[in-house]
Amino acid sequence: MDILKKISVSIQHGDDQSVFTLTKRAIEMNIPPKDILDHGLIDGMNIIGDKFKHHEIFLPDVLLAARAMYAGMDQLKPLLVKDGIPSMGKVVIGPVRGDLHDIGKNLVGIMLKGAGFDVIDLGKDVPPEKFVNTATIEGAKIIGMSALLTTTMPVMKEVITILRNQNLTDKIKTIIGGAPLSKEYARQIGADVYAYDAANAVESVKQLIQK
Amino acid sequence: MRPKIQFLENTLIERIIAEAKEILSTLGVEINNPAILSLLSDHSAKVDIEKERVFLHSNLVDKALSTTPQSFRLYDTLGNETNNFSKNNVHFTPGSAAINILDSNTKKIRKPTTEDYINYVKVVSQLPHLASQSTAFIPADVYEKISDSYRLFLSLLYGEKPIVTGAFTAESFHVMKNLQLAVRGSKEALREKPLTIFSCCPTAPLKWSYATSQNLIDCAKYSIPVEFISMPLSGFVAPVTLTGTLIQHTAETLSGIVIGQLTNPGTPILYGGSPAIFDVRYETTPMGAIETMMIDCAYNEIGKYLDLPTQAYISLSDSKQLDAQAGLESGIGATLAALAGINNISGPGMLDFESCQSLEKLVLDNEICGMVSRLIEGINPKEDFPAISLFTELLDEKHLLIADHTRRYLRDEHFFPGPVIDRANRSRWIEEGEKTLFDRAQGEVEKLIKSYQPSQLSDEIKNELIQLMEREAQRFGQEKLPKR
Repeated sequence: MDILKKISVSIQHGDDQSVFTLTKRAIEMNIPPKDILDHGLIDGMNIIGDKFKHHEIFLPDVLLAARAMYAGMDQLKPLLVKDGIPSMGKVVIGPVRGDLHDIGKNLVGIMLKGAGFDVIDLGKDVPPEKFVNTATIEGAKIIGMSALLTTTMPVMKEVITILRNQNLTDKIKTIIGGAPLSKEYARQIGADVYAYDAANAVESVKQLIQK
Repeated sequence: MRPKIQFLENTLIERIIAEAKEILSTLGVEINNPAILSLLSDHSAKVDIEKERVFLHSNLVDKALSTTPQSFRLYDTLGNETNNFSKNNVHFTPGSAAINILDSNTKKIRKPTTEDYINYVKVVSQLPHLASQSTAFIPADVYEKISDSYRLFLSLLYGEKPIVTGAFTAESFHVMKNLQLAVRGSKEALREKPLTIFSCCPTAPLKWSYATSQNLIDCAKYSIPVEFISMPLSGFVAPVTLTGTLIQHTAETLSGIVIGQLTNPGTPILYGGSPAIFDVRYETTPMGAIETMMIDCAYNEIGKYLDLPTQAYISLSDSKQLDAQAGLESGIGATLAALAGINNISGPGMLDFESCQSLEKLVLDNEICGMVSRLIEGINPKEDFPAISLFTELLDEKHLLIADHTRRYLRDEHFFPGPVIDRANRSRWIEEGEKTLFDRAQGEVEKLIKSYQPSQLSDEIKNELIQLMEREAQRFGQEKLPKR
């Protein structure tokens, strides 16, 4: 088995120590960092994502794989930057103003990072301007907003209004999620995508980035 | 602690048994089988030859009970153990001998074919919570007189799980026995590792027909396990009270035990049945009635009091479709039966008063069986005391999704049903096509039929089975078996 395949398998096993060691060795072997990323780390995460979708494995397995992914990613990141290879993309996430419920958002964060995205987590109770300002400063292409309360849902629309007012809706896409939300609500407020769970959020972000 | 349910105090059980014995010795039981009457007469039972009635005194009943095994095991066609009928072990098997199948596409009933039966075996072979197959329905594309042995033949040819079955005539026992001998190789090997259970059904009230009593003694001669299926109908051919029905069930079942044990002491049995209340509004015998289920659980307690393994037709429904009634009746039945510790629970897949099998329902019921199996494992602490370190981890990490504790116990503590059970949030459910229960079950059935792997029984044995069945068909004038 070649070393990239080994990295992929170790990711699937959620074995962060092996991923760390193997990634280090792959770098020493002068394998291009982009190849280590695509054919090792991302390959492992894609298989994990697929198995999760088909109920062959469960959320803890995905999170463990994501943790193992960081162990490789932390070493690769500076090399990728040096090679001028852009990251998968930056995503700004947080629950909207007035909402202190961050469990779902945290899950989305872990899974997005696991898929190779740069995640800027704004914590909780995030004011509309902060989403937009952070995304602009950081060059993030996606804003992810969550809400658990029906009373905080309308704040999402405020974020979209700011983006519209600043003519940013082409550059910055929005994705929303949370228990009381729906595809229909996303349409109503003009959000680009609604995701029904964390795995779906990762899939949706991938699609948005490709657009 | 294993959760339990109990309906009868020991004092009541003792009174029921005493009354049943009194009925057997005073009123007797009708047996339309001269060989059995002669056998019982040889064992000092009083016999009225003309009325074909035998009076079983309690010593004879006690003698029979003393030789009845307290437990036995079943083995698949390859010889692996699958069922251990002892203590409160619970195993599920599909409801058997339906005359109709609920068509997957039209959702209407029709007569089943060979193809349906093979598809059924393919599905049941892969359902993890059903320990055995049963000869679940009767293919209508073969001559009626071989329809019983033909089901067994197909089950042995395509599946590996052991089989709950039965013969429709005295005669067909022989080929059904020979099919089993072909799989095991010898009479001794078959006795050592039972492959089937034969249902033997007395007729209510207190009567054994020739065919079923002959099946019983034939099974006993080969040590083939027998499940007694007494079917008193409360308020019709049995007392309306549940206690009265239990007295009759006990008497009928004990009479079967006497016949079997005197024929061959040590013959394995299941203390079973398929009683029901009689619904005097519709003139039907509801298997989903709560009282029917209570009778089942209660006679199981009587069986356990006698130290015998038990069986019941429970966890099935009278509904005509895979609907809420089908789910609730099957779910309540399976739950009660498992809590009662009924060792062999027959019912999954069955609708419409035991007359219609549905593969979609079978797939759903498999999940019910899985849930219920989890239920009776109960709540058992696992590294939960002291709790401080785990809660410290929870407060630090804010979740325990990837904690070692979670990883160690997740799959034991939580049962994960298949996709038939909808646990998606509404949006995901919509996204995935707003599938109804029937749609999801249909998808699973199709998937299982595709993923089936042939039985690993040797080709030599398979060919022997085919030859035996072809000869049996030819004996009744059917030159060729349906195409498989």
